[in-house]
Amino acid sequence: MQEPSKPPVPVLPGVPAQRTVVLGQRGAQDLDSDGLPTEPMKINMGPSHPAMHGTVRMVITVDGERIRDADIQLGYMHRCFEKESEYATYTQIFPYTDRLNYVSPLCNNVGFALAVEKALDITRKIPERAQYIRMIVSELSRITDHLTCLGASSMELGAFTIFLWMLKAREWLFTDLEEVTGARLTHSYVRVGGVVADLPTGWIEKVRDRLTRVEAVIDECDQTISGLRIFRDRMENVGPFTREQAIAWGWTGPALRSAGVDYDVRKDAPYLFYDRMEFDVPVGDRGDCYDRFMVRMIEMRQSIKIVRQCFDQMKPGDVIVDDGRIALPPKNEVYNSIEGMINHFKIIMDGIRVPPGETYSYSEGGNGELGFFIVADGSGRPYKLHCRAPCFYVLQTAGAQIKNALISDIVPVFGMANYIAGECER
Amino acid sequence: MGLEFTTTKMADAIAWARKFSLFTYPFVTACCGMEYMSTAGPKYDVARFGAEFPRFSPRQADLLFIVGTITEKMGPVLSRIYQQMAEPKWVVAFGVCACTGGFYQNYNTMPGADQVVPVDVYIPGCPPRPEQVLDGLIMLQERIQKHEGHSQVRYREEQALANKQEALAQIRLPAAGK
Amino acid sequence: MSQKILDRLLEKFPDAVLSTSNFRGDEVAIVKRERALDVLRFLKDDAECLLDMARTVTAIDWLGRDGDRFEMVYQLYSITRKHGVRIKVPVPEDDPTIDTCTTLWPGMNWAEREAWDMYGIKFRGHPDLRRMFMYEEFVGHPLRKDYPKEKRQPLIRREGMV
Repeated sequence: MQEPSKPPVPVLPGVPAQRTVVLGQRGAQDLDSDGLPTEPMKINMGPSHPAMHGTVRMVITVDGERIRDADIQLGYMHRCFEKESEYATYTQIFPYTDRLNYVSPLCNNVGFALAVEKALDITRKIPERAQYIRMIVSELSRITDHLTCLGASSMELGAFTIFLWMLKAREWLFTDLEEVTGARLTHSYVRVGGVVADLPTGWIEKVRDRLTRVEAVIDECDQTISGLRIFRDRMENVGPFTREQAIAWGWTGPALRSAGVDYDVRKDAPYLFYDRMEFDVPVGDRGDCYDRFMVRMIEMRQSIKIVRQCFDQMKPGDVIVDDGRIALPPKNEVYNSIEGMINHFKIIMDGIRVPPGETYSYSEGGNGELGFFIVADGSGRPYKLHCRAPCFYVLQTAGAQIKNALISDIVPVFGMANYIAGECER
Repeated sequence: MGLEFTTTKMADAIAWARKFSLFTYPFVTACCGMEYMSTAGPKYDVARFGAEFPRFSPRQADLLFIVGTITEKMGPVLSRIYQQMAEPKWVVAFGVCACTGGFYQNYNTMPGADQVVPVDVYIPGCPPRPEQVLDGLIMLQERIQKHEGHSQVRYREEQALANKQEALAQIRLPAAGK
Repeated sequence: MSQKILDRLLEKFPDAVLSTSNFRGDEVAIVKRERALDVLRFLKDDAECLLDMARTVTAIDWLGRDGDRFEMVYQLYSITRKHGVRIKVPVPEDDPTIDTCTTLWPGMNWAEREAWDMYGIKFRGHPDLRRMFMYEEFVGHPLRKDYPKEKRQPLIRREGMV
């Protein structure tokens, strides 16, 4: 027989009586500290913290488990990309662009190459095969970006297996990209006017086979985690943003698409040959972390579709534009002819001379609209180069997303913002 | 045989145990973090070297893996984390940015993590391949076995100084004026 | 980018627009600093332009050129109309201030903080104008052309290090 519940007993004179709570009925609302004298506490999280998300420092003011205020402090990874670019020739900037969004480096390379080509006004002269190769490696890089993002986020939420499976798939793609570009991670494969070298023989068949296996891994991960009750509870309704808010705050990419806005640079302002490709753009409706997760999951499959179409449509040809002022001439010409040697010398020492003017060129990076604003002054080095980093604008709102949420909601919010320190802080 | 033989063997045995059970604190900042994830991942498994489990608190770790670029803003943070670790502790600079600053030479990049903390093993590469990282880890293990890590050398020197001071204190000097 | 926006702009603000141009397909309008916020507000609210997303806000340091030293660059885009424009606003060196655009596009909060940090341009009315990337003890504004690239201001060094 149950005892009738007793009235609450005051603990100390002047202190309001404590509420008695029956065990098993605690909900999230009981974590609020009503009835006890409390004061908000300022906690510092970072800049070195267990999430693999690089270095960001958050100073959060918590009231119990609830976050009342969050201040996100950046700058711990500011590697002065813009200042370094003012002192480097356009070709020397490619390694710096690799290290912007370092999980999808080829997307950055391609974006920057497109910007310089727009400034030079040679966009129509790039050989077709080069454009197809750029699309292929761009999409493979996008797949590695999403694999890393989803894998690392799942690991932080406790699903370590998903991390290992996605890392396994990522390793396969790294091996394939290494065969083409020479490096696993920071490729620097794209050049102004095309790409460095053609695809190796037999690579296409190898990658076709590989993509089937990557698709199987993605399906396996999707089936395992997307419907999981615990996962959905942690990700759904965490950090929801409406359409208007998302646009006003400058979101682009998977985050904007999860809020219901159908904006993808590949569809709205097609570059390379994306207008010849058939692919879908997933759009969410709530703008919360779960939608962002699923948008990225579906985008990976669409990227695989694009790569397959590129393989079917590609034809043999040149891989770099045939202009001695822009592309390095082939080595036998450099050693055996005067023009070749002079062109080579000029491009290496002075850089590619871009006529004075300002251009803004944008492409779809792993996180959204990656823009490059180049101010050229006629020499081989840019006067100013500004990179519009997509995750900079998404991270801005992370403070608003975690307001009045629990501390454990920080993990999905930061995971799904896909904050890549190199890109955000340039 | 004497006491020295036993203590030397024991010191070697302890070093053997320490080198095969490194608790790493992955101070991950930048792109090298991706290669760190790959090294810890299933293909280039670092668990077979015993250094698998990252300890996310410096108080519980003995190997500070500085992965990626260190900026001037990050300097005090790195120094504090190094000071929070208990002896013996080792530091590995992973990636050329942590070794010498990499190809970043600007107002915010520190030219190497060794401006702030003493580094035992430098692993160059941008980013280093996981095989290079494992090579660096084996090199560190050899240093640990030979008691050559910075913190081990420091400990030996402090012990020697303490012994010397103790020995000097025990010498009875003839009383002045006698 | 769209010529339509420039036409509307010239129609509505003939005195505020200093010049317009089109380079490599990008429409650009240079606007006077005093009217900049009105122009931006018009571009955001006007039914034909409806530039609801600001892509980025940055600044250029034209050291050594005649005229104003800095130039604010607003890259604007309309998700609904799918057109965009670049607005440039010259800012003089002796009074590097300009009205904030965070009232129109809250997403430019951090971008303006970055412009303050890197160039030293103050934004009137900005809710939280602090340094974005550099630490508070840093002296100077690094992306200005007269700041040397390799001038470090170290916070901490080990003993024996320079």
